[in-house]
Amino acid sequence: MTRNADMEQVAGDFYAENFAKDASEGSLILNLGPQHPSTHGVLRVLVELDGEYVLRAEPVIGYLHRMHEKMAEVKTAAQYIPNMGRVDYGHAIAWNWAFVGAVERLAGIEVPPRAEYVRVITCELNRIASHLLWWGAYLLDLGAFTPIMYAFDDREKILDILQSPTGARLTFSYFRIGGVARDLDEDCVKAIREFIPWMRSRLPMYKEFVSDNIILRRRIEGVGVFEPDLCRRYGATGPVSRGSGLAYDVRRDEPYSVYPKLDFVVPTSDLMDARGRYDVRMEEMAQSLNIIESCLDQMPEGDTLVKGAPKPSWKVPKGETYFAVEGGRGKIGVHLVSDGGKNMYRVKLRSPSYSNLSLFAEASRGTLLADAVAILGSLDLIIPEIDR
Amino acid sequence: MNAIKQAFRTVSDLWSLMVGLRVTGKYFVEPQRTVRYPWKAVSTVGTFKGHLELVGGTKDPFKPRCISCGMCAISCPSGCITVVKRKPPKPTPEEEKAVAEAKTRGEKVKDQTPKDPEKFLYDFSLCSLCGTCMENCPTGSLRFSHNVYVAGYSRNDFQYDLVLQLREAEAQAKPARREARPAAESEA
Amino acid sequence: MPTELIRILISLVAFAAAVGLIALVMVWVERKVCGHIQRRPGPYEVGPWGLLQPLADALKLMGKQLVMPDQADPFLYWLAPILVFVPVLLLYLPLPVGDGLYALDINLGVLLIIAFAGFTGLSMILGGWAQNNKYALLGAARTVSQSVAYEIPMLLSVLAVCFVSGSLNMAAVVKEQGTWPWNWNVMTQPLAFVIYIVSALGETNRAPFDLPEAESELTAGYHTEYSGMGFGMFFLAEYANMIVVASVATVLFLGGWQGPVLPGPLWFLLKVSLLVLLFVFFRWTYPRVRFDQLLNINWKWLMPLAVANLALTAFFVKVAQYAFVK
Repeated sequence: MTRNADMEQVAGDFYAENFAKDASEGSLILNLGPQHPSTHGVLRVLVELDGEYVLRAEPVIGYLHRMHEKMAEVKTAAQYIPNMGRVDYGHAIAWNWAFVGAVERLAGIEVPPRAEYVRVITCELNRIASHLLWWGAYLLDLGAFTPIMYAFDDREKILDILQSPTGARLTFSYFRIGGVARDLDEDCVKAIREFIPWMRSRLPMYKEFVSDNIILRRRIEGVGVFEPDLCRRYGATGPVSRGSGLAYDVRRDEPYSVYPKLDFVVPTSDLMDARGRYDVRMEEMAQSLNIIESCLDQMPEGDTLVKGAPKPSWKVPKGETYFAVEGGRGKIGVHLVSDGGKNMYRVKLRSPSYSNLSLFAEASRGTLLADAVAILGSLDLIIPEIDR
Repeated sequence: MNAIKQAFRTVSDLWSLMVGLRVTGKYFVEPQRTVRYPWKAVSTVGTFKGHLELVGGTKDPFKPRCISCGMCAISCPSGCITVVKRKPPKPTPEEEKAVAEAKTRGEKVKDQTPKDPEKFLYDFSLCSLCGTCMENCPTGSLRFSHNVYVAGYSRNDFQYDLVLQLREAEAQAKPARREARPAAESEA
Repeated sequence: MPTELIRILISLVAFAAAVGLIALVMVWVERKVCGHIQRRPGPYEVGPWGLLQPLADALKLMGKQLVMPDQADPFLYWLAPILVFVPVLLLYLPLPVGDGLYALDINLGVLLIIAFAGFTGLSMILGGWAQNNKYALLGAARTVSQSVAYEIPMLLSVLAVCFVSGSLNMAAVVKEQGTWPWNWNVMTQPLAFVIYIVSALGETNRAPFDLPEAESELTAGYHTEYSGMGFGMFFLAEYANMIVVASVATVLFLGGWQGPVLPGPLWFLLKVSLLVLLFVFFRWTYPRVRFDQLLNINWKWLMPLAVANLALTAFFVKVAQYAFVK
């Protein structure tokens, strides 16, 4: 069979055909995904291989597009909150916050102080859960099976805690315009207080079991080097840019809620490789625990929902605003435009995974296939967030 | 010289492999975390949001508090609730006469139709469990059940009539009540 | 020699049954140990402690439709799973399980095993090539360089032991070693033992060297398209091969059936199980190495060490010969 005949037979759809046009002689075009163990969902990556080396890679997205932005135009603000839990199943509460915060900024709604603390606590717990999910899944990409079980053991504790105020375990729709749906009760606060030392005792185990492991270190050190310039050009945020030494964190640089009152460090790494991103995320878990602890100490009593909180029929006042929060993967932004009508006029969701993914094509060039998988995993992609 | 140093470091790094074996070895002998599901259930079901259910009144726990106002249906983001109001019962000739007389006297006629819904149709397959209906209910007649064991063979299996569910609960509870009463009497 | 032939035939049948059984038990052990490491119970529903789970899985695999992808090479496609399993039976022939308890008393027993072990790699290449699947092709390509590379240090480390024992006959090697652990070859040849274990992992495609079937990169590697028992054969052969390399390690390094108090075959089984348990622990503890690292480990570390070990051994054996025999 000639090479061209092979191409025609295999390269079926538009993307593959387009990609195959620039293929060099003797290379192999491989379709990673949409169903592939290391793409964590339905991301599709077209790679051109020379032996084991990746010559080119091109992500193809859109397999999980659910029209979240369009749905905002047919719903009122309060009705749109459940959508936010579904954009990013890893860190759903941050998305809740980004949207609710945008509406509050536009309407000038003041959130009760206790609600602010409850928001921070749940958001940070969810961030730890998100990083644990990434940690387990990333090591699965690198061929270690057991860490995900240990990570889920801890993640399960967080989900049990979050289940008590939110009632859900993954796709939370917990925030309301002007507060949160339910207060944290006594038992829940107690469970969080018990969880903090437990998680602190687990992190050293993660370090000695996995982070120090020589095979893992050789797999991720020096792999997928992102220069700070590259991160800036593609708009990478979150642990991906912090792993390249850019100390940008929305919680500190564009402060919202009670974050200015809290004492925490924004971890960065100058390694710029997968190891740097790994270290940043591991350190962020420890920092989130500190944030939660000081929140529990500072948390005042009081309401968790503002008096006269907007009803579903409430109309967002006319205007335009942008609100950003720091999610587990980076900067989550909501650009909200309202013409004062029943439904919102336009909601633009800025998802960090989308910007972070765009680094992949450039960074994976010339690496081994196994390294490309390691780079893809180190971006911590959540596919539904990319497509929205 | 550098190469030799590097070689030695590689060998000493191999110790981390032993540490890894120690960790897995430790967990190998520790008790398991799994809850063997069909035989045992997790303890956190009590805080889980299951499907919606109607809350009964204080007098009769099996008569819904709902006043069929339809706020839930309006506020639901996914439109999964339909409240069917009761039709007024056909009046007897005497009643009709009384109403006509009252009208001629210029009095206001009170609508005698019961306010609880005829049907409360709820499509669980569309519900996103956000709780908006619950929060906007003026009488507090909706709540989430803790039923996590919902399963069905087709989409139609998830279309509930919550009023019917309440009645089924009543039918289940009735025999228990009947049994409980003689016992209580004999004690007295 | 009709008696010899009958003996071989009987033991082949016995081994065919035993290999199937051992492989099934191995699957159970692997899943159970993995479960406990990960704080899960592992299989527990079918039979006592889930012992019958692998049997149920095997039955399920047999009941599945055998699917062949479009434009695959049918002959090679079906040959590969058979070819992967048949030589495994031959590998058990020269293994002495107890004193005098072996199928084939052959002078070149070690050589026979090493030679037939190459068949596994061959069938993986055939299977990977025949599937008309790019992942399988990459897996097959990995198999070629991996099994070729790891056979050499394995052979060299085995050779060092044979120098010490002065024989390639497996029973003779065992008899050379004493009853107690300090009499075993592992004491005189610790480096060869380590090299053997590492290259055995590479040779049998066990994690952390399971590159040909690295599921996060190549979905399932060389057996991507196989379904039903086609896959089942590859799966069982992997476990049967694991037993073989563990048995060879036991014979060459750990004194075979020799041991105090307990009867010989029991000691043999005990040592093999311990080694297998170690392999299982490796798999569930470590991440997978990268392909270039895999080859680097082999060519830059194992090869020079094995050669040095062999040269040293040869030197000392010769010195001992002159010093003591003269």
